[in-house]
Amino acid sequence: MTTFDSRSGASRKPEVWITGLGLVSSHGAGNAAHQALLMDDRCNPVIDETRFAPYPVHPLADIDFCAQIERKGDLRQMGIWQRIGVYAAGLALDDAGLSGKQELLDKTDLIVAAGNGERDEVADGNVLAALADAPSSCGALTGAAFGKALNKALQTAFRPTLYLAELSNLLAGNISIVHGVTGSSRTYKGEEMAGVSAIEDAVRRIESNQGECFLVGGAFNSERADLTLSYELCGALWQGPFKSVWGRSSLSDGNGGFIMGSLGAFLVLESDAHAKARGRKPYGRISAVASGQAKRSTDERYEAGNADPLLQELNAKLDAPLRPGALGVLSGASGVESATSNELGWLDGLESNGVAPAIRAFGTLLGHSVEAHFPAGLALAALAIAEGRFFRPFDDSGRERLFEGAPTRLLVTGWGHWRGEGLALVETVDTH
Amino acid sequence: MGKQLQDNRSRPVVVITGFGVLTSLGRGKQENWRALTRGQSGLHTITRFPTEGLRTTVAGTVDFMELAAYSAPALSTAMAAEVMREAVAEAGIGTRARFPGPLFLATPPTELEWPQRKALFGDVNDAAPEQGYKHLLRAASSGRFNDLYPLFQFASVGESLAEEFGTQGLPISLSTACASGATAIMLGVEAIRRGDTEAALCVATDGSVHAEALIRFSLLSALSTYNEPPEKASRPFAKDRAGFVMAEGAGAFVLESYAAAQARGATILGVVSGCGERADEFHRTRTHPEGKPIISAIRSALADAAVDAEDIDYINAHGTSTQENDKMEYLSLKAVFGDAIHATPISSNKSMIGHTLTAAGMIEAAFSLMSILHGTLPPTMNYDIPDPEIPLDVVANKSRQAKVGTVLSNSFGFGGQNASLVLAGEPS
Repeated sequence: MTTFDSRSGASRKPEVWITGLGLVSSHGAGNAAHQALLMDDRCNPVIDETRFAPYPVHPLADIDFCAQIERKGDLRQMGIWQRIGVYAAGLALDDAGLSGKQELLDKTDLIVAAGNGERDEVADGNVLAALADAPSSCGALTGAAFGKALNKALQTAFRPTLYLAELSNLLAGNISIVHGVTGSSRTYKGEEMAGVSAIEDAVRRIESNQGECFLVGGAFNSERADLTLSYELCGALWQGPFKSVWGRSSLSDGNGGFIMGSLGAFLVLESDAHAKARGRKPYGRISAVASGQAKRSTDERYEAGNADPLLQELNAKLDAPLRPGALGVLSGASGVESATSNELGWLDGLESNGVAPAIRAFGTLLGHSVEAHFPAGLALAALAIAEGRFFRPFDDSGRERLFEGAPTRLLVTGWGHWRGEGLALVETVDTH
Repeated sequence: MGKQLQDNRSRPVVVITGFGVLTSLGRGKQENWRALTRGQSGLHTITRFPTEGLRTTVAGTVDFMELAAYSAPALSTAMAAEVMREAVAEAGIGTRARFPGPLFLATPPTELEWPQRKALFGDVNDAAPEQGYKHLLRAASSGRFNDLYPLFQFASVGESLAEEFGTQGLPISLSTACASGATAIMLGVEAIRRGDTEAALCVATDGSVHAEALIRFSLLSALSTYNEPPEKASRPFAKDRAGFVMAEGAGAFVLESYAAAQARGATILGVVSGCGERADEFHRTRTHPEGKPIISAIRSALADAAVDAEDIDYINAHGTSTQENDKMEYLSLKAVFGDAIHATPISSNKSMIGHTLTAAGMIEAAFSLMSILHGTLPPTMNYDIPDPEIPLDVVANKSRQAKVGTVLSNSFGFGGQNASLVLAGEPS
C-alpha cells in the first residue's frame, strides 16, 4: 500500500538521498565497472550459454570475496548467494563512508530482499539417489518406506551449517555479522516485489522520520540449479541462444522468458539531514516509490491493457507529474510475456502526455535478478544521474531510442514476471 | 475531553479491533484460550510422516485442516485464511472481499519439498541418479508440473490471501525468522502511524513441520528429544530444558488508528503501544553474550510505548526451552528491569503450543492481549525443576489471576533478529 504523503505541514518532509552504491554483476564489482556501461558506445552482455544449457546465464564476474568477507569462518558459512549480497553490501557501506564507523552502523537499519536460501545440490542429489530405491508413488509422504528412506537419506546427506545458508533472512544476518549493521533487520520476500517492498519500506520510513539511515538491497545467484528448477517449473526461463529482453518478448511464440543474471545490489539511503550532518554528497534522491498488484487474468497472464488503470494510479503517485519531454527509463522488464509487452505498452502510452520514454531494459545487460532487480535499477539510475549522462541503447531492437544530454529525472520500473508492479523516480539533488 | 487519539509524540494511537488464533490446541481464540489456561498441551507424537530413525518425534503439528495434500505453503495458506476470517469478522471492518488496508504477511520458507522432487525425479524413465538437478530439470521442462509453481513462490501465498480478503495494494511478504510475527505487527503499526492507512491486516503463519525441516533443526541440536510423553517435551525456564519443539499455527490482527476505529464505533480490544527491534552481529544462531541486542530491543519497545519497566504487569516470553534462549532472555530482562524482574510474572506459551516459528510472535501477541482482556496469566507448563540461574516469577504449571494493563511480548530469531512489543488495554 503506497500513498504518497502529500499532507502539507510546517516541517518539510525529509528527502531520501542515495549516498552509497554497491553493485556486483557479470560486469565486475563496484561503481567503475558499471559506470563503464554508461561510457561505452556499445556494451555487450556477458553470457555463458553452455554451463547450464539450454539455459543461458549472466555469470558472476571473478570476485575475490575475501576483500569484503575477511574471516574464513564467515565465508564457510555462506553459499554464493549470501556471499554476493554480503560483498555488495560492503561495497555500498564503503562507498557511503559508513564502513567501520560502529556508532553509525549501530543506527543503520538493514532491509534485504530475499528469496529462498541456497540448497546444497550435491546433498540433494545424494538424497535423490538414495530415494531412487524407495516406492515411486509418493504424491504425499504417506508411504512408510518412502518416509523411512527419506529420514535416513536426509540425516546422512545434510550438515548442520547448511541449514543457515537456506534461511531467507540469513543474508541479512550475515551482513550484520560481517559488517556490523545492527540498527534493525528486515527481510522481504515475494520474488521481484521483495525488492520493491524493501526499497519502499526504507523510503517511507525516511520520509516520515521513522529512520534516518538504511542499507537496502538484495542479491541473486544465477548459477544455481535449484533456482533454475523452480523458474523452469512455470516455463519462465529463456532457452537457447542469447537474445535481448525485447528480442525475447517479441517472438511469435508469445511466451518469452528471462535469462538469470548473478547480481548484488545494495544502496545506502539516508535523510538529507543525516547525510549533510556527516558531510556526504548524494548520487541523487528517490523522490517517489509506488507499488501495486494489477489483476492478471485467470490464465496467469495479463490480458492486453487490463493493468492500465492500476498503472495510471501508480504514475499519479509520483510526487510531481512527469513533464513532457524525454524521460530516461530503466526498465526491469524480464522478457517474460505478457508482463513485458504490457509494461512496454504502458510506457509507450506515456507519449500521449508528451513524455517520450527512452527505455533501457537493464536485464539485457545484467540478466534478470528477481529480488535484486529493482534495487539494481535504482543503483544504475543513481550512477546515471550522478554522471550526468544516460546509457546508450542496450540492444538494436529499436525499442530503445537515443537519449541526448544529462538526465535530471529517471524512472525505474519493476514488473514482476508473475505478479506485482513497482515504480520509482530518481532525481538529481541540488546541494547548493 | 475525549480519549487520546494520538500518543505523546503526536502519532496516531494504533488499536486492535479483531484478532484470530489457530494452533495445535485448536481453532479460534476461545478454544485456544480455554485449553491454554487449563494447561493443556497441543504437542503430540508426529503422525504426518514416519519418524523412524529420528531423534525427535514430537511436534505441535496442526492436523485438523482439510487439505488435498500436505505441503508447507498449502497448510500455511489455509491456516492464515482461517485466522484472518476470525480477525476480520470480529473487527466488523470493510465489506466481504474488501479490507480497507494493506496485508502484512509473515510466511515460512516456501520451496519444493521431497515428495515433489521425488515425483519429478521419477518422471523421467531413464533415471540416472548422479544427474541430480539436471534430471529434475528435464522433468520440469516437460511443462507437466507447472501447477507446482504458484505453490512454491513466496508471492503466491500473499496473493491468494490478498485476493480472498481484498486487501489494498501490494501484499507484503516478510521473514525475520522466529521474530516474523512481531515484525508483521510492527509494519502495520508503522504504516498507521505514518498515516499511510487507517487499517492494516497483519498475519503470520507457519505450517512447515516436515521431515526435512525437523531434521535440519535436529542437526543443529536445537530440538527437544523428550519424546515421551509429548506434553512434557517443552520445558521453558526449567533447569532440565533441552530444546524447543517445532509447531504450527497462525495468528492475525486487525490494526486500526484509534480515531478511525472510534469513528466507526468499533470495539477496542487493546492497543499496540510500543515496538522495538534490533539486529545482533554476534553469531548466526547465538545471542551476544551480554544480551545487548535483546536489551536494546526491549528498551526501545518500552521507550516507543513511553512506559517504564515498572509499568509492565506481565511478560509473554519468547521462552523457547533451549538452554541458550531462556538464559539470555532472563539476563536481558534482568538488565532492563533490575530487581523488579523477580516480581514480574512471566510465562512461555511454548510449553503448550511449542515453537510456532514464523507465527510465534503473532500468536503470542494474541495470547498477551487475551491476558489483558481476561485477567488471566496462562501457565508455563513443565516447570518442575526451577533453574536457579533463572530466578524469574514463572507462572508455574497453573494459570494465575491478575489484573493486567500492560504486557511485554518478546520474539527472537536466528540471524540476529530481536523484536519486542508492548500491548495494553484500551485507554481509560
